[in-house]
Amino acid sequence: MLKLKGIKKTFNPGSVNERQALAGIDLELKSGDVVTLIGGNGAGKSTLLNAVAGVYGVDAGSILIDQEEVNGLPEYKRASYIGRVFQDPMMGTAASMTIEENLAIAMKRGMRRKLRRGVLKQDRDLFCDRLHLLGLGLEDRLTTRVGLLSGGQRQALTLLMATLKTPKLLLLDEHTAALDPSTAEKVLELTDLIISKYKLTTLMVTHNMEDALCIGNRTIMMHEGRIILDLGEKQRNNTSIPDLLDMFKKASGFTMADDKMLLAN
Amino acid sequence: MISSIWFGALEQGLLYGVMVLGVYITFRVLDFPDLTVDGSFTLGGAVAARLIMEGYDPWLGTVLALIVGVGAGLVTGLLHTRLRIAPLLAGILMMIALYSINLRIMGGKAMLSLLRLDIIFTDVAALVPRNYAVLALGLLVAAGAAYLLYIFLLTEVGMALRATGDNEQMIRSMGVNTDSSKVLGLALGNGLVALAGAMVAQYQSYSDVGMGIGMIVVGLASVIMGEVVIGNKTLLRTLMAVLIGSIIYREVIALVMWLGLPTTDLKLFTAILVVLAMASPIIKEKFRPVKLTER
Repeated sequence: MLKLKGIKKTFNPGSVNERQALAGIDLELKSGDVVTLIGGNGAGKSTLLNAVAGVYGVDAGSILIDQEEVNGLPEYKRASYIGRVFQDPMMGTAASMTIEENLAIAMKRGMRRKLRRGVLKQDRDLFCDRLHLLGLGLEDRLTTRVGLLSGGQRQALTLLMATLKTPKLLLLDEHTAALDPSTAEKVLELTDLIISKYKLTTLMVTHNMEDALCIGNRTIMMHEGRIILDLGEKQRNNTSIPDLLDMFKKASGFTMADDKMLLAN
Repeated sequence: MISSIWFGALEQGLLYGVMVLGVYITFRVLDFPDLTVDGSFTLGGAVAARLIMEGYDPWLGTVLALIVGVGAGLVTGLLHTRLRIAPLLAGILMMIALYSINLRIMGGKAMLSLLRLDIIFTDVAALVPRNYAVLALGLLVAAGAAYLLYIFLLTEVGMALRATGDNEQMIRSMGVNTDSSKVLGLALGNGLVALAGAMVAQYQSYSDVGMGIGMIVVGLASVIMGEVVIGNKTLLRTLMAVLIGSIIYREVIALVMWLGLPTTDLKLFTAILVVLAMASPIIKEKFRPVKLTER
């Protein structure tokens, strides 16, 4: 499904701020894989997601989605394959537009947009069905501007938008990190529900070890731009959070210094 | 019969309203502070005036002015998207370039008179009572443009345009080439501005190389005033606010002139008006009475 080979990315090459963010990433996701991605600050998790999404080009390597090379395609052209949810709840929606307009935009993800009415009657039924799934009552507020919603509501909506037109690959970049704990839990539940309902191949960055172990079927850990640990379903089931921290220490030679990662559970 | 000053201001409000719609597209919808407007307004006036002087049909001249304005917006858009020139600078460069171009179009003269020539309003005067020709056509064009714009902004393409101004990251992740959206918005906006320029030149019976100076500020003042009075709850309401804002602006200008402000001070007055409108949230905050119940 997704195949990364030798992905390298260096920011500000040739300057004093030169930093290698990805130092050769090889990764293969099978169709239906739900992979959680963990690692300390600066490990390259977000860079990897952004490289796959095409936010910036990579220096070396190839990115295949369904055997098709997408490396070199601009971000907007990769959109037909990829649904994304960002860390910042404000990032995934257009605040000045209504809920139904945002959803209508999402329904045309990666498709040619034409000079015909953007929100159609028959779409509204679909929107209501999907919004109902969220259980937030948004189905009764189709013409409300998104800017009036809370962060959690907006993030749930973004999740819906990313998956409204079933993507080949879903990228979640710490999408619950900016929410309060109970909202985060709710959004995570919804994530789980949507992923399993539509059998989405997913790559999810998280800093929460517990989430990392209980969501999906595989966990990988990054450190200094490399994948240092790759746990399949069976190995994961026998792994506790302390085990994971131990593994990190062994594999990287560092203690997981980031308190956020320890405290997050 | 309404007193002629206020009636004239109403006519102007409608004609300039078309320009304000253009500014609304670039400045508000696209969030692109486009100074091309100052040049493209004059461009519209220059193209129409020259063609009419050369004996062409005034309607053809007006339509061509619109098309040439679209072209000006297109160039600004390409300067920004292809050559990565910052929005403000791209607009300023076009504004300066258009100054020379406009002078060339006007045959090197700073002013072209249209007195006693056939203009669009003379044709309309044959259909409606003479005194209402400008009002009728202004209303038709302004309301028509606003309505078409409303329909457009609700289409898939129009929604992508609005989202580009609202959240570029999001709309790109939804597969929209934001560069194309920006070029489209700038072309559309400047087309409307040039159309307004063409109509205003015919209304005042001359085109003047300086007629576009400060148009962006006038447009902004009108948009803000309209939004304050009419509000911006829905898209339709906002578009009506834009037109009504343009009329209010002209009436206010007529009022201060009636009170004795010299014409030459109008631009200063407009600038102060925009400053006050933009600063109003901060001013309100500063002078908000302290509630005694809050402890």
